[in-house]
Amino acid sequence: MAQLWRGQGVASWRVLLEQVGRQAVAGVEELGYAASLFGESLYWLAVGQGRKQAVRLPAICRETVLIGIQAIPIISGLSLVVGIMLAIQGIETLRTFGAESKVVIGIALSVTREFSPLIVGILVAGRSGSAITARIGTMQENQEIDALRVIGINPVRYLASPVLVAMLLAVPSLTVLSDFMALMGGALFTSLKLGMNLQTYLFQTCEVLDVGDVTQGLVKSLVFAVIISMVGVSNGFQVRGGAEGVGRATTRSVVLSISCIILADMVFTFFMNR
Amino acid sequence: MTEPQNGPETVIRVERLSADYGGRPILRDVSLAIRRGEILVIMGGSGSGKSTLLRCLLGLNRPTAGTVTVLGRDIYRLKEREFHGLRREMGVSFQGGALFGSMTVGENVQLPLREHTSLDEQTMRIMSRMKLEVVNLAGFEDLMPAELSGGMIKRAALARAIVMDPKLLFFDEPSAGLDPVVAAELDELILRLRAAMGMTIVVVTHELESAFKIADRITVLDQGVILMTGTVAEVRGSDNQRIRDLLGRRPRHDEVDPEEYLRRLTGVAS
Repeated sequence: MAQLWRGQGVASWRVLLEQVGRQAVAGVEELGYAASLFGESLYWLAVGQGRKQAVRLPAICRETVLIGIQAIPIISGLSLVVGIMLAIQGIETLRTFGAESKVVIGIALSVTREFSPLIVGILVAGRSGSAITARIGTMQENQEIDALRVIGINPVRYLASPVLVAMLLAVPSLTVLSDFMALMGGALFTSLKLGMNLQTYLFQTCEVLDVGDVTQGLVKSLVFAVIISMVGVSNGFQVRGGAEGVGRATTRSVVLSISCIILADMVFTFFMNR
Repeated sequence: MTEPQNGPETVIRVERLSADYGGRPILRDVSLAIRRGEILVIMGGSGSGKSTLLRCLLGLNRPTAGTVTVLGRDIYRLKEREFHGLRREMGVSFQGGALFGSMTVGENVQLPLREHTSLDEQTMRIMSRMKLEVVNLAGFEDLMPAELSGGMIKRAALARAIVMDPKLLFFDEPSAGLDPVVAAELDELILRLRAAMGMTIVVVTHELESAFKIADRITVLDQGVILMTGTVAEVRGSDNQRIRDLLGRRPRHDEVDPEEYLRRLTGVAS
């Protein structure tokens, strides 16, 4: 009996190990697929014109409106709120040291380097990353992708490249907007709470910030843009299994891009602040 | 037309084609020749491999072995750019229509023109309207696909497939999901198209009635193997048991191997 139990133990370990291995291979495979999609999207952007597969401007504009312009109200509102929240927390914390007025520095640096790109990344992943996956997934299920191919339209050129360009335009722009709104939110609360003049606040902010801080946020936002578009597009192209499959892929796309964004954020923060 | 006039010319040649899906063989050693100007119906039940064969002809699935030659060119050896040119000669109408949901019917029909030609807007609009006239959908170009009925979607998809005046037209399940009257109208339309434009038409279907009505020749596919290719009369007169079952709508008469059956149930490998 003991022999048998031990035998089963080994077997279940083997199963577990095998599963870990399979998952790892699947993960690497997916990463490879997303990377090849990224490469192919760039390829069509570079040479599409000469090969009668031009990435069309109207498509890029349409995507930019969907991803960027239509996200302006929500990004503005939430960034303002985050600015206020940072001011509340900052003033509370700094009161312990009697250094409330230093809150300006805290807000200025954390907003531009960290919060704006992160909020914009997460919001765009939730708003547009999911929509891209759902759209491409539905097309896949309705044989529309096949229809594109038989018409002679490369699906990556037609569906992925415009999304990539639009993301690379929209996400950094939204990040700049978010920077501004969050700083205004911080200024609003600080001026009310500490009786600080709005002009003084903004002047101090400009004193504190240098180009590097804003650039750091923008570089991050470019990376996030690539992550959101490639996770969204690759999950869409891989949809199998009808309407349920589209739903599953959409959820997966959002969770995966937000996770990747947060991970990438940490890695970047580490390397850019050394 | 530089080809010799003795006998019709072959426009699609499939040679020893095999394909699998996730390791499961779907097509085995399929060979087929499709002649210019004919309507060839690929017929078979569900899971017979007829959709996979169609996808292989269209260059959508890569076969594991064999060649597909379309208009004299081996499509799995072509460079993408060369295949792109060949695509102009091939029109496809998919089972569910596969119209782009974000575009109007007119824009759907114009899309191939937009991609392959540099015609101006007005010309493209006129050409798409002409094709919509052909399929009796004049005046519907500003509707969205979601606003169309099943039969109208198929006809709009047909208009998109023929907008480039292709030499080859592929039609996947023209009558699936349609009522008999609409299905019969589509059959008429296919016959009219061939008469008017001289296209070679490949139709994949499981509908017997439709197949007998439109086909010049029928290829019967069963479990990934071609049982026979012949005229309607030849297929009707066939004494192959499988074909008789298919024509008589009878269930399959598979010989049951008791040992194999037991092995399947118990899951014990032999």
